[in-house]
Amino acid sequence: MAETAVHGAHAHPPGFAHQFEDIEQQREAGTLGMWVFLVTEILFFGGMFASYIIYRSLHYPAFEIGSHLLEVKFGALNTAVLICSSLTMAMAIHSAQVGRSKSTIIFYLILTMILGAAFLGFKFTFEWHRDYVEHIMPGFGFVFRPEWGSNAPQVEMFMCFYFFMTGLHALHMIVGLGVLTVLAIMTAKNRFSSEYYAPLEISGLYWHFVDIVWIFLFPLLYLIGGRY
Amino acid sequence: MSGHVVVPVRIYVTVFLALMSLTALTTGVAYIDLGRWNTVAALAIAVTKMLLVVLFFMHVKYATGLTRVIIIAGFFWLGIMIALSLSDELTRGWEIVPKAWGTGMIMPFLSRFF
Amino acid sequence: MSTATLDLHEVPAEAPVNYLNASYGIKSWLLTVDHKRICLLYLAAINVMFLVGGTAAVLMRLHLIEPQGALFEPETYNKLFSTHGIIMVFFFLVPSIPATLGNFLIPLMIGARDVAFPKLNLMSWYLFMIGASLALYATLTGGVDTGWTFYAPYSSTYSHSNVIAAALGIFIAGFSSILTGLNFIVTIHKMRAPGMTWFRLPLFIWSMYATSIIFVLGTPVIAITLLLLGAERLLHVGIFDPAIGGDPLLFQHLFWFYSHPAVYIMILPGMGVVSELIAAFSRKRIFGYSFVAFSSLAIAVISFVVWGHHMFVTGQSVYAGLIFSVLSFLVAIPSAVKVFNWTATLYKGSISYQAPMLYALGFIGLFTIGGLTGMFLASLAVDVHLNGTYFVVAHFHYVMVGGAVMAYLGGLHYWWPKMTGRMYPDLWARFAALVIFVGFNLTFFPQFMVGYLGMPRRYAVYPDEFQVFNVMSSAGASILGIGYLIPIIYLLWSLKYGAPAGPNPWRATGLEWKTASPPPTENFEEIPIVTEEAYNYVPTGVARG
Repeated sequence: MAETAVHGAHAHPPGFAHQFEDIEQQREAGTLGMWVFLVTEILFFGGMFASYIIYRSLHYPAFEIGSHLLEVKFGALNTAVLICSSLTMAMAIHSAQVGRSKSTIIFYLILTMILGAAFLGFKFTFEWHRDYVEHIMPGFGFVFRPEWGSNAPQVEMFMCFYFFMTGLHALHMIVGLGVLTVLAIMTAKNRFSSEYYAPLEISGLYWHFVDIVWIFLFPLLYLIGGRY
Repeated sequence: MSGHVVVPVRIYVTVFLALMSLTALTTGVAYIDLGRWNTVAALAIAVTKMLLVVLFFMHVKYATGLTRVIIIAGFFWLGIMIALSLSDELTRGWEIVPKAWGTGMIMPFLSRFF
Repeated sequence: MSTATLDLHEVPAEAPVNYLNASYGIKSWLLTVDHKRICLLYLAAINVMFLVGGTAAVLMRLHLIEPQGALFEPETYNKLFSTHGIIMVFFFLVPSIPATLGNFLIPLMIGARDVAFPKLNLMSWYLFMIGASLALYATLTGGVDTGWTFYAPYSSTYSHSNVIAAALGIFIAGFSSILTGLNFIVTIHKMRAPGMTWFRLPLFIWSMYATSIIFVLGTPVIAITLLLLGAERLLHVGIFDPAIGGDPLLFQHLFWFYSHPAVYIMILPGMGVVSELIAAFSRKRIFGYSFVAFSSLAIAVISFVVWGHHMFVTGQSVYAGLIFSVLSFLVAIPSAVKVFNWTATLYKGSISYQAPMLYALGFIGLFTIGGLTGMFLASLAVDVHLNGTYFVVAHFHYVMVGGAVMAYLGGLHYWWPKMTGRMYPDLWARFAALVIFVGFNLTFFPQFMVGYLGMPRRYAVYPDEFQVFNVMSSAGASILGIGYLIPIIYLLWSLKYGAPAGPNPWRATGLEWKTASPPPTENFEEIPIVTEEAYNYVPTGVARG
């Protein structure tokens, strides 16, 4: 099973996988793999974005009513939180690239996790819980309000999309927090160096992608029809 | 791909500040009455923010052509799904044939020969 | 001088240690990351699913011998055709060639030691097993009666069957195929041996690459669609319910956005196999290599813009229907390009008729019929008459069974010696291929006729005047069933009693034949350096396999 390699290099860096010829091929393959995965995520979220766009064009007044049920300040706050977390994630990778200590890398990873957790905390307590209490959570005692008139069923449909899209996004955030935890542990165990930090970089791509999804969700859900 | 490119911290911070400003901008613009252009503005700002994240945080500015093709393909396919679905949803109410060049004119014309 | 190529070094006739006996015990199989073992794991599971789906088909055909239905209540019949469709589409055809032959051959054909992400490969198999188990559970605990198409609002609101379990099974199996496609794309891009440029790749690799593109771009959409369907069923929220402003056609758009390209997932790998078989058994390079390679990519791309042809009579806008109809004619062109090139390859080739070649030749004829009848259906006006009839059923069985399944069997036979180190008895194999060919045509050709005459599909009963066609079809199905059982017997027999195959029993070109049969775990003792084109057969006048 030994590598009678064409190159003859034998000192394998940490984390090297033997189906590859060298660490550079491994890194390229890993990055390409993550990008292909992110494309599948574009199509996955995309199915819901497409449905949302179709229904918004068919039921615009109802969607406008629904959008006004959401509070812009929380949407904007969460957007800012996620952008901060993208910066801290980029800083974590940067620290690994330039060979900073593992405490620095872990510091940035934990900061990213705190910001991600804050996002989820704000969303679940200030938005979702309030929506549940105010009976605008579909499937959980949704109550039509008289001022919606005949638009009421489509307002419920808007809220469906709101919960599905932000819910799917939140699920991806939770997975991201898990990934960051694993990365922090790996960093603590000295797995990374300025030569080998591919898992950090690849996870960073995932984290930034989740940020981008929110960058679109915020205006599409919260800012329909303006707030004037 | 771009693994060996080290992006300086000042670029990250600049992009971060730009993203925060654009967030403030899109929130603020929502409170101004631009009619239909509110949506256009919001989407334009969102696309700009996305490009900043993709190019700088995700290092695509320094990445190979293959990466870019893959990303563009993803969005292009999403576009196909949206465009062709809308081509149905938005045209269902249309009249079957525009009168100017449909059965109103062509069939009577052709029927002279048959 | 042998007619094969790349005689770099002596290939051992039998490697005493190969991937099959390198380690023993169930853990070494269930925790393997060797792509060749994972192929066998998939082979077992997929063939079991084929038998389950086939059983449903046999029961349906027996029921349809009588115009009033011979065996089942209509509700049961609905569950049978739904089960048949779900299992055959999602748990047999979609993974069949990619997860088995694709997994086994891609690293070998490109000169790599494994796929890019071997552990992800194993996870794909586990996801498939979980999905398949859920689907079987759904079947055994009452079944699904929505058809494999799960149209809303019946599936979301009115059906009382196991929609959620089945949808969940398909959802999970979908991630299996997404990860497989991802793995293949990265492997083909990044792990080719030195000198293996894109245009020296075997055409099987091109078709697997195109298939993987569809896996990656299409499957996530059915995943989200089934998720939305399940949510609607659980929460009663009305995304697809017209009573509250939802659009049932939106479900169909999302569903078919994947499911149409899915049928190209099913046929493209088969086309890749056929390219390999035609070249090997004509001992000639494929005519128009680049055309065939690019046609695979063209099929993958165009397949994504034709889905509306499944919705011509659903109330879809006529204008959208026009667009989809034109584009559907377009997608036939690259397929035709392949058929022309295979035929041109046969011309003046040194042809031999072993079983794999019989399957390949059968594929060309039957796929052509299936493809042409697809053109009938792509014609908007004709489809108004033919949609929902047995004509459609016959069309897709010609391409999927006469095409994809025959290619699967042909490929299985061709690479069986490489995978197992054993030859199967070719006379029995040829006999089985002929039985399958006869049985298949007797089953499905009458369905073209009875469909054109107006017999609806998915109905448990039919008018008396259609009985003769149905009886012919059911007779054919029995013959076809027997034909499928024969290979199971002799292939399993060959594992113990088949003649040792040697590294290259067909004297074919391709890197997979440059290593022992069965290959060692690491595939090659030394990674080869490629200097020649694919299929560089040297014509010697006489060359019998």
